Amino acid sequence: MTGTPIISLRGIANRFGTVTVHENLDLDVRPGEVLGLIGGSGSGKSVLLRTILGLRRPQAGEVRVLGVDITHSDEAARRAVRRQWGVLFQDGALFSSLSVIENIKVPLREFTNLPPDAMDDVAALKLRMVGLAPEAALKYPSELSGGMRKRAGLARALVMDPAVVFLDEPTAGLDPIGAAAFDALIADLRDALGLTVVMITHDLDSLYAVCDRVAVLAEKRIYAVGTIQELLRVDHPWLREYFTGPRGRVAAGVSGPAGRDAHAGQTPAQGR
Amino acid sequence: MRETVPPFREPTLKGDYRRPDPDAHAGPHEPGLDCTPAASCVEPDQPDGADGADGGARELVLTFSGAWDVASIGRMTARLLHRCAEVGNACAVPGDAPVVHLDLAEVSRLDTAGAQLLCRSAASMAAAGAHVVWHVPDHGQSMLLDRVRAIDISAVPRARRVSPVLGALNAIGASIVEELEQVRSIIGFLGMFLVSLAAAVARPWRLRWVSIVHHMEQTGIQAVPIVALLTFLIGLVTAYMGSEQFTRFGAQVFVVNLIEVSTLRELGVLLTALIVAGRSGSSFTAQIGAMVANEEVDAMRSMGLDPMEVLVIPRVVALVLMLPVLTFIADFMGVLGGGIASWLSLGISPGAFAVRFLEITRLANFVTGLVKAPFFALIIGIVGCFQGFRVTGSAESVGRLTTQAVVESIFLVIVANAGFAILFMSLGV
Ligand SMILES: Nc1ncnc2c1ncn2[C@@H]1O[C@H](COP(=O)(O)OP(=O)(O)O)[C@@H](O)[C@H]1O
Ligand SMILES: [Mg+2]
Repeated sequence: MTGTPIISLRGIANRFGTVTVHENLDLDVRPGEVLGLIGGSGSGKSVLLRTILGLRRPQAGEVRVLGVDITHSDEAARRAVRRQWGVLFQDGALFSSLSVIENIKVPLREFTNLPPDAMDDVAALKLRMVGLAPEAALKYPSELSGGMRKRAGLARALVMDPAVVFLDEPTAGLDPIGAAAFDALIADLRDALGLTVVMITHDLDSLYAVCDRVAVLAEKRIYAVGTIQELLRVDHPWLREYFTGPRGRVAAGVSGPAGRDAHAGQTPAQGR
Repeated sequence: MRETVPPFREPTLKGDYRRPDPDAHAGPHEPGLDCTPAASCVEPDQPDGADGADGGARELVLTFSGAWDVASIGRMTARLLHRCAEVGNACAVPGDAPVVHLDLAEVSRLDTAGAQLLCRSAASMAAAGAHVVWHVPDHGQSMLLDRVRAIDISAVPRARRVSPVLGALNAIGASIVEELEQVRSIIGFLGMFLVSLAAAVARPWRLRWVSIVHHMEQTGIQAVPIVALLTFLIGLVTAYMGSEQFTRFGAQVFVVNLIEVSTLRELGVLLTALIVAGRSGSSFTAQIGAMVANEEVDAMRSMGLDPMEVLVIPRVVALVLMLPVLTFIADFMGVLGGGIASWLSLGISPGAFAVRFLEITRLANFVTGLVKAPFFALIIGIVGCFQGFRVTGSAESVGRLTTQAVVESIFLVIVANAGFAILFMSLGV
């Protein structure tokens, strides 16, 4: 059902003083897809994410998420939408005074009336779903590695079974095996929960492995949207460099459309 | 086709026991198996022909409908678990195992939390000996159920819930142990500081003068207004209170003595130390703590820089140099405040006050006050820096340790002040 977009941005403009980051930016996200958002450093990906989340009011334009106008509607309507999305910030953004399991339980505590042990169950399920070891439950964020913090952040983002998840560079700073596992996890959750995923990433492998479509942020707007095959035909110097530079070629060569999934499943013995 | 915003429907659960042939099987199976309160609702599904023919089996159909998601299952959890318990009871009665049909045909939305609740209930009924049959027409929902069922959460540790009394005792014990340990390590820290300081003093050109001057400005110059204002006000108040008491004996002029002793000997230095502990001790902890949390201190060590030399010595040295200066200012302002109050309330003219003040002032009072300042500075600086280095990773601990640094340094300053009082008394100054 590609009809009504789940997120739609129209005519967004973002400026900091005299610096214009976005101008007349349009973007549609379809339900159930994994959309990758790419663009050079400083091109305004994080600012765009903050705009979609309603953390930043754009100078012009309209953001609609799940049919609600984020920029202009009242707080109650926005709060209702917020419960239907989950956000994984770049470094997890876990609450440092709470253990992992308590972090995951925060939205349950705030927004549901589940009995305490049912909350424990739901949180434990999400913990295991994102691939954290059971022992991680009682650890504090400062005791976790970067990858574990990201997984815990994802578990917290997913605990309310949101319709949409936003991920800011989910695989940055992970080792390749961890990154591949994370990609597989995203694809898996998308299939199981019917998630819509918007993913900022610099990771070409991620793009090939899980993204259904990729949006390119360049020249202050969404320069192009489409599958990677479609983007390869777009003539733009940055894009060409991005996909056909040394790293792009390697990622394209190694992974097919289902890329790293298959790769990750390979045991060393099978490899060659 | 998945609706993104499903219209909200209350989850409902309907249960009804059916005995295929009640007349033939009346007797021991009967009691406690009725579900009359909730039985009002369901059109009992036609059992499969085979089941009906079986004759002996008791059957229960649980029909789920509406949204079974994390936001709404809270209302249903207790009821479902109650049903599970009923089934468990039914199983305990000897006879054929009951058959439980879980019918999800009318469920409009199922999420992982809902799926988990259903799986858990089904598992508990199955464990009790019931025969559980799922009816899940929706493919996505059945996939979700399979996936949830495959995840084992039994190994995930639960936070223990301790009784409040035991918890309080535990906390008291832990804090005592922590304090004792801290005393040891703070003495160790002081030792390390003195060794580094000795090394630095031997080669003074290696001291970081730029940094020292910067901290002198931060902790000293910038504290002048607040120190001056507060000690002025305290001097004012002391004189007012004193004049009221002394007037009763007709000994107004002794107010000057009161001001002299209290401000020069005690209040000036003590107030200054407390203000500085709140201002600078806390900022030492926060600055160093943030650097530790951000791995800046590790980076420094890995470059061969000594954090003690780079971070601690400049701060403590600056404080030791500036606190006496601040104390002097505090003394002056306290006496000024006292003088003004005497003038206003007792009519002692500024000139008379000055003459009297100079007449009675003993250098010893002034010096004993000032002598304490560097020691207080050392306490504040060492405690502040020490707590900063205790930060471990999280930003939350910076806040906690900052508070601790202030409380501890104020405590130690007051204790040290008492020690000085005893010392000076026995020395007769
Ligand atoms: N709060 C801010 N104030 C001023 N400029 C900002 C602010 N936040 C971001 N910018 C600018 O916006 C641009 C885009 O930033 P960002 O979205 O973080 O880039 P990226 O695509 O790497 O995530 C950058 O040029 C940055 O300097
Ligand atoms: Mg960014």
